[in-house]
Amino acid sequence: MPYTYYPGCSLHATGVSYDKSMRAVFGKLGLGLEELDDWNCCGATSYMSVKETVAFAITARNLALAEKNGGGDLVAPCSACYALLNKTRKFLGEAPALRADVAEALAEDDLECRLSVPVRHPLEVLMNDVGTERLAAAQTRSIADFRPACYYGCQILRPQRAMDDDPEVPMAMEDLFAALGAEPVDYPPRTRCCGGMLMATAEEVAVKLCEELIGWAQERDANCIVTVCPLCQGNLDILGRRAELVGGGRPIPVLYFTQLLGLALGCTRRELGIQHGLIPLTVEARPLPVEPAAVGMEA
Amino acid sequence: MKMRSSPMRGPSSPGVLPQAEKELREAFLTEAARIPGGELLNRCIQCGTCSGSCPVTYAMDYSPRQVIAMFRAGAIEPLLRSRTIWICASCYSCTTRCPADIKITDLLYALKRIAIEKKIFPRRFPVYVLSETFTDMVRRHGRNHETGLLLRFFLKTRPFKLLSMAKDGLALWWHGRMPFKPRKIRGLEGLRRIIAKAETFDRPQEPVEHDNLTDTVGYSAIMEPWGRRAADHENGRRPPRRRLATVL
Repeated sequence: MPYTYYPGCSLHATGVSYDKSMRAVFGKLGLGLEELDDWNCCGATSYMSVKETVAFAITARNLALAEKNGGGDLVAPCSACYALLNKTRKFLGEAPALRADVAEALAEDDLECRLSVPVRHPLEVLMNDVGTERLAAAQTRSIADFRPACYYGCQILRPQRAMDDDPEVPMAMEDLFAALGAEPVDYPPRTRCCGGMLMATAEEVAVKLCEELIGWAQERDANCIVTVCPLCQGNLDILGRRAELVGGGRPIPVLYFTQLLGLALGCTRRELGIQHGLIPLTVEARPLPVEPAAVGMEA
Repeated sequence: MKMRSSPMRGPSSPGVLPQAEKELREAFLTEAARIPGGELLNRCIQCGTCSGSCPVTYAMDYSPRQVIAMFRAGAIEPLLRSRTIWICASCYSCTTRCPADIKITDLLYALKRIAIEKKIFPRRFPVYVLSETFTDMVRRHGRNHETGLLLRFFLKTRPFKLLSMAKDGLALWWHGRMPFKPRKIRGLEGLRRIIAKAETFDRPQEPVEHDNLTDTVGYSAIMEPWGRRAADHENGRRPPRRRLATVL
């Protein structure tokens, strides 16, 4: 059964390359991906602080639509959407009073939310449903020149974790890209916050958080930062161009994990939306097989 | 000196909360009760794991641990006036690490909602304007139109900021990441009916006048130059806080 795809608002704007690379990668792997018809905004973190029941109700509309269409698991690449959709499932499941209120609101539009469709993150889908072995077998280009700093951010690990591994030290992306021949660097702040929407409301705080994230990546000599979230990508991409943050070093391009994976699977840079990145990606995927560097040295 | 009912100065008699504080406590407990596991708040052992895990404690006036301590001490009003509740970036580090499973992020959301309900923040306060613009955007289109959201947000809060942001905005637009046209969903009427119905379940929002409200309440306080707030302090309005620059 094809996965039901919930892109979320960001993937139609600042995160357009995430949308393109999601479709490219799933297409390349032959996985069905059907966009949820007429989905609405998940409410993000902003709605919850104004009106709680409304926030849950509009998120539940998406869950109800996914159930009504009878599609497969709901796949939400944006971390905020992923967290919100899952939080709604959890809260509605645990708080009967809230669930009754939300059910009454949904009934206004003849919808019903039974919480029967699981909400999943594409990283977890690719790791568990496809697996690194099959992904490595499907590889057509070498990404051995990439030294990614794998950055998970907050919301796919907290409050509900998407991956099976340790929520404090997730290794899914490291495992994935190491299996594809890249050299992931050790990146201690992998689960730290980028500041999210503080970028708009309290810029100083977000700048400081991103400065640390970029600094760590530079220190470990990473040549790209790989994220799973459009907000993280946006913040790091915009701030990473500022000279005062980079501190004399070279700006580090910020990719979505689907973009780097897509390069390994032989998707073109245009298909993956690499051109949408503000910091140009200079590292290239090369044809397989790669000659080991050591051989070149001897010759 | 005029006696003030501020819980910071202690209750008028031991164990007795002023009426205003009682109402806030009632409101907070009502909100907390709607959170699954909200009652676990009582299990806080004040270990400070939340404050140590929070990446933005340094920019807060009360750390997450102190938030719970102050709730217990009957001092919710200063919490509603704090910048802590607005600085939280919703990263959930505190919530996942709490050994007592207290949903601290959700409790901070609850405090935010009460602050908004009681209008305890300056009118053009950035976090509130962002949330409000966001909700309006969803009501209009069913989706969030990022370009419109940011434009409207900065026009309302800091129009001159738009000039310095223009470079980033243009770069995003140039790279095809700032579409001008919002996309509407087809089922907008249905969504609006859902929102209207759900709104009836949320606590009513009635404006409450707060005479001692100044623009230095909340996050904007740390942006103000030292001098102005020092003057406020002399006038007996509020204790001076460290500027963000000195915190950094």
